[in-house]
Amino acid sequence: MSPHGNPDAPASAATEINREAPKASPAPQEHHDRSAWGLWEVFVRSSRGLSHVHAGSLHAPDAAMALRNARDLYTRRNEGVSIWVVPADAIAASDPDSKGSFFESPQGKDYRHATYYTKSEGVKHL
Amino acid sequence: MAAQNLQSVPAELTPEEEAAGQAHFDRIIAEDSRIEPRDWMPAAYRKTLLRQVSQHAHSEIIGMQPEANWISRAPSLKRKAILMAKVQDEAGHGLYLYSAAETLGQSRDKMMDDLIAGKARYSSIFNYPALTWADMGAIGWLVDGAAICNQVPLCRASYGPYGRAMVRICKEESFHQRQGFEILLELSNGTPEQKQMAQDAVNRWYAPALMMFGPPDDDSPNSKQSMAWNIKRFSNDELRSRFVGMMVEQVRVLGLTLPDDQICFNEDTKKWEHGPLDWHEFQEVLAGRGPCNAQRLERRREAHDDGAWVREAAAAYAAKQQAKESMTTKEYAA
Repeated sequence: MSPHGNPDAPASAATEINREAPKASPAPQEHHDRSAWGLWEVFVRSSRGLSHVHAGSLHAPDAAMALRNARDLYTRRNEGVSIWVVPADAIAASDPDSKGSFFESPQGKDYRHATYYTKSEGVKHL
Repeated sequence: MAAQNLQSVPAELTPEEEAAGQAHFDRIIAEDSRIEPRDWMPAAYRKTLLRQVSQHAHSEIIGMQPEANWISRAPSLKRKAILMAKVQDEAGHGLYLYSAAETLGQSRDKMMDDLIAGKARYSSIFNYPALTWADMGAIGWLVDGAAICNQVPLCRASYGPYGRAMVRICKEESFHQRQGFEILLELSNGTPEQKQMAQDAVNRWYAPALMMFGPPDDDSPNSKQSMAWNIKRFSNDELRSRFVGMMVEQVRVLGLTLPDDQICFNEDTKKWEHGPLDWHEFQEVLAGRGPCNAQRLERRREAHDDGAWVREAAAAYAAKQQAKESMTTKEYAA
């Protein structure tokens, strides 16, 4: 396939989309306004064995175009072997203001870290 | 409001909440940590960043034009492929930066509209014409060189999304500068006419490239605040001086000269100094009266209008597919 796809087939017919896969969160209605392509967040797996990592965002009318745009925008230098695109509004984020209470639980629980246990220092293979 | 989950939205807050927000913001800045989109931030910080990041994005987008102009006339297939890759990078850089600006709560359409309507600024450098093939070399070497000098410290800008966009951009810029250097080096080692063409291009781009760092420190009202907010790390003059020092070394390798006989290293300040720059010209170009301002905006407008049918068709196709899918779902349900 040419790097920019087959011009005879619409980008949305891209084979990289598994159309049979269940859609957890369909793109919201506002994505279909003529003027406003929806915002997608892009996650790239840089090589096999690693997780997908957030690379940035882009606008696209649908998932297939979002994937193609993500490839052109975030993997121009072989930065990835796999891409996820997610409608930005399908992401639930923790509230930065509740930082204190939301992440409170691990505070003061140093015993969850290996470094808490100092008596074993010097003992081999421990 | 789910759509704004990842974005920064200025909200109506009580005075107590404002004060707590300010205290949190001040602490983050004092720790030299990063502000993220959903953190509270002062209105002026948001405004400054939005201006800077969107202007930066516009510069990348308009910056495609002087070079795109030479794609069809590149002297070889190799040079054409390289130039296309570079122009594609500039488009990409514009998009990274629009994404970053968007996290501050500004819609991309609004930014595009402002650019096309002539309401937004972009770097004055792109309002100069690229007259010969050697200009591709001088732009890469001097203009991208100055951009790198400016942008490397921006990787540590206090606003997270801006810094991350700059990291990505800086990784890609060094190819731009090296390819420009190589073009000039080849011309400089070519025929006397080619060497003269390279020298002329360096002569044309030198002063505009130095002015890319912005007005002198004593005439740069926003710099101080930007440095206090850890957006800017070094002053305009400091960066300009560093750049001059690098160029002085590199131009020798090229076998060319810089059109400035006042360049010297000041032993007292340990800084490079250069001859006077025409700041009146800089202001004129910024105000829209440069050699190519009208042409650049017109071309951008044209490209935006010419692409309208593509955007509409893609949206219509997506809507049709969506409608089909929901029909199918209904049938299953029935």
